[in-house]
Amino acid sequence: MDEGWIDACGLEDIEPEDVIGFSHGGARYALYRTDDDRYFATDGLCTHERVPLYNGFVMGQIIECPKHNGRFDFTNGEAKGAPVCENLKTYETQQRNGRLFVKIA
Amino acid sequence: MTMSRPDQHISKTAGDKTGTHLPTLRDYSLVGRESALAEENGLAAAEWYSVKIDRKVLKGLMKRKDGPAIRDTIIWFAALALSGAGGIYFWGSWWCIPFFLVYGVLYGSSSDSRWHESGHGTAFKTPWMNEALYSVASFMIFREPTIWRWSHTRHHTDTIIVGRDPEIAAPRPPDIKTLLLNIFALVNAWKGIQSLILHARGRLTPEEESFVPESERSKVYRTARIYIAILVAVVVACLAFQSILPAMLVGLPTLYGGFMTIFFGLTQHAGLAEDVLDHRLNSRTVYMNPLFRYLYWNMNYHIEHHMFPMVPYHALPGLHEAIKHDCPEPYPGTIAAYREIIPTLLRQTREPEYHVRRQLPSGVDAVPYNPGAVFKTAG
Repeated sequence: MDEGWIDACGLEDIEPEDVIGFSHGGARYALYRTDDDRYFATDGLCTHERVPLYNGFVMGQIIECPKHNGRFDFTNGEAKGAPVCENLKTYETQQRNGRLFVKIA
Repeated sequence: MTMSRPDQHISKTAGDKTGTHLPTLRDYSLVGRESALAEENGLAAAEWYSVKIDRKVLKGLMKRKDGPAIRDTIIWFAALALSGAGGIYFWGSWWCIPFFLVYGVLYGSSSDSRWHESGHGTAFKTPWMNEALYSVASFMIFREPTIWRWSHTRHHTDTIIVGRDPEIAAPRPPDIKTLLLNIFALVNAWKGIQSLILHARGRLTPEEESFVPESERSKVYRTARIYIAILVAVVVACLAFQSILPAMLVGLPTLYGGFMTIFFGLTQHAGLAEDVLDHRLNSRTVYMNPLFRYLYWNMNYHIEHHMFPMVPYHALPGLHEAIKHDCPEPYPGTIAAYREIIPTLLRQTREPEYHVRRQLPSGVDAVPYNPGAVFKTAG
């Protein structure tokens, strides 16, 4: 395996237009699948109050925090307005043999 | 949602009647002793109990729509226009009273739920529609939009956690005089005017500084100046027309029509537990008739709203059906709720430690008390 790439989940583990959580090395990540089968990864916790985003709601390429409805564009991590002011860290993803890999390092 | 933000509210109890040690001082401010205690006790920004619900079901309930809120908003503004026109037409006769009663409730009470739902961004699917309604409804309920957006965010993070939640409407012991005056929003309006002046001068209170980020503060100052300009324009119009009619249409309805805000709002949390990490123990779900649910936009499903704030108002009845097996028995109506709330608040004036303990259903899904929720006293 290439350095820094982590086997996170199967591609079919994520429903279209949805998100799941993934833990690695004590950190939590959110993995997304769009309705046209593109995959993305971000930090798992909201930059506002550290609420797990993988319990949130995906609308297009927006993830909405389940607690305060703060929204991010998960394709680039951009915070879309109050109550989130700080962008979300994003990670590269690759699809290999039906698996989703995330470059965490 | 709530009706007031206590400013440096400190409550004192004379002592408990059972002889056991209970907290004798509760500081409801966000910058005092209880605030530090809440953090020490793990009550700040904690994990809350959540009823298990199938992800697909929840996704279906969270789905955003424009249709219901467009329909409801058109009806709302049409009813405002018709009742306002009736009030103007019959101005000077007793016949204007029923028209202004309807206008006042729509303006000064129903704006609360519109403010609330659009503030969450769940009323409409389209973001600019939420923002537009939020701006209009904030003025109608006389809440500064940026301050209250952040205040309400904290209310959802730390619901009825003393020292953390800026929106505890009935601190213990409850201030009955303030609650009664707020039937016509008198205390809230007075505090609101004081806040506007402070913010228009480019300042925040220490409490507001604790929950409004730096980057948002310029918006607070700008909006306060706009609010003052609108209110001054209304006063000028009254002077120009030698009549209070302009103020009956803009400004005063927040007061004379605000009584349903407190009537609905007190049912949410008043008299229930403080410092628990379980919305089933500190929030009420109260069945209401269709007219009330229209005016209140289904916020009577308040346990459901707090547990899953992403679910839009029009889907709350469905969410209620999905999780009610794991929640306390809903109150059958507002009268039933007030049969509990009024005696509880009166008793709390003498026994501030008293509160209603909600009975959870027995069964595998019910978690009686979140282990993180036990309040530890200082020392």
